[in-house]
Amino acid sequence: MNYLADILPPLLQGSGVTLQVFLITLLLAVPLGLGLALIRISRFGFLSGLVNGYIWLMRGTPLMLQMLFIYFALPFIPVIGVRLPDFPSAILAFVLNYSAYFAEIFRAGIQSIDRGQYEGAQVLGLTYPQTMRRIVLPQVLKRILPPMSNETITLVKDTSLIYVLAMNDLLRAARGIVQRDFTTMPFVVAAAFYLLMTLVLTYGFQRLEKKYAVYDE
Amino acid sequence: MMNSPMIRAVDVHKRFGPVEVLKGVSLDVDKGEVLAVIGPSGSGKSTFLRCLIHLETIHRGSIEIEGESLVATDAQGHCKYVPEADICRVCRKMGMVFQHFNLFPHLTVLQNLIEAPLTVKTARLDDIVPKAEALLRKVGLFDKRDSYPSRLSGGQKQRVAIARALAMEPDIMLFDEPTSALDPELTGEVLNTMRALAEEHMTMIVVTHEMAFAREVAGRVVFMDGGSIVEARPARELFAAPAHPRTRAFLEKML
Repeated sequence: MNYLADILPPLLQGSGVTLQVFLITLLLAVPLGLGLALIRISRFGFLSGLVNGYIWLMRGTPLMLQMLFIYFALPFIPVIGVRLPDFPSAILAFVLNYSAYFAEIFRAGIQSIDRGQYEGAQVLGLTYPQTMRRIVLPQVLKRILPPMSNETITLVKDTSLIYVLAMNDLLRAARGIVQRDFTTMPFVVAAAFYLLMTLVLTYGFQRLEKKYAVYDE
Repeated sequence: MMNSPMIRAVDVHKRFGPVEVLKGVSLDVDKGEVLAVIGPSGSGKSTFLRCLIHLETIHRGSIEIEGESLVATDAQGHCKYVPEADICRVCRKMGMVFQHFNLFPHLTVLQNLIEAPLTVKTARLDDIVPKAEALLRKVGLFDKRDSYPSRLSGGQKQRVAIARALAMEPDIMLFDEPTSALDPELTGEVLNTMRALAEEHMTMIVVTHEMAFAREVAGRVVFMDGGSIVEARPARELFAAPAHPRTRAFLEKML
């Protein structure tokens, strides 16, 4: 028990980093993903194609590679080249990567809404932005809850990738102690922490699904 | 302005790809008139209705609503719509009811009615709620105002859809096969609601397969076939003595 008390502080500290990356990514990537989805389905062919290419790039290469690229290679690119510290590098990579996945979830959700909803709104005089905001997106939200729940849970665990930038997230903190003390106990504790985080998320999403279950389609 | 008909469509042409679904449809609808549009499937009657409220764009011809142009074709044959803002304003004179209701499932019945007045007309909640409730009483669904559409029967849904369209206070109501998706025993309640509306002298165009409704409620009946109007005559005349053999053949099948 004493040993547990010893290793808890560094693991909690690691959890803090993990949660920071998770929350900031979620906060930025969800709106960005929605924006990308709206451009993707818009009638502006060029922009839509650009977003399509972006999604291909972000989903088609490993997140770890993207992170390494932003941290190590970005500084050497002319004009846009900047040297970012490790934390912003990680956040940038996560936001760019996850917004691509969120964009596809939003797109699937928006395109699953019946044409009749748009027509019903149009003949009542609603503009396209009003129709999106008041009629389509609220219904989309309900439909995309299951895939969004999937994606956010994946995000919690993906945060462990930031160890490649030598940042001390939960998993790297645990591994450090394991290597120092020759015991696998910290791994068990780390697993428990991850499970706790995903439990909170699972519960939250189930609450949301229940809230939206007041209406059927 | 006073003399212009509520709706004036002249030589309306519409194509879906290479298929010409409207081959020059012209029609005037007067104030307070109840017009039934009948005809076989694929005759273009729904498409024509959808063109009037800009759910479809036309390729030639012109449409005027209460004397205001929605789209016109010049002497060179260029078909041109009025600017976007004017399209919205002109189309708002009309309400529309669909075959599949198109109610908003995430909103309650009352919310379905007040959504557009609040968003489009920026009506005040205190003003619009009593109006919406009065409309729900009129269609006999006041007690359902806090239900979600999924809890309603088809007939109830369609009555809500009618009330929702009326909440925007249109001058003209368009009905696109309003009873075609309903179980036969539920069509009566919807037709009764429409009949009540007709008795208040609402200008109505009803695309329908309900011959009894067309005969009893409509002042004039338009028979369409193959993308054209074959004949448009007072209901009594058309049903008693159809002038055209195609009309006669259609009516024989339907009655």
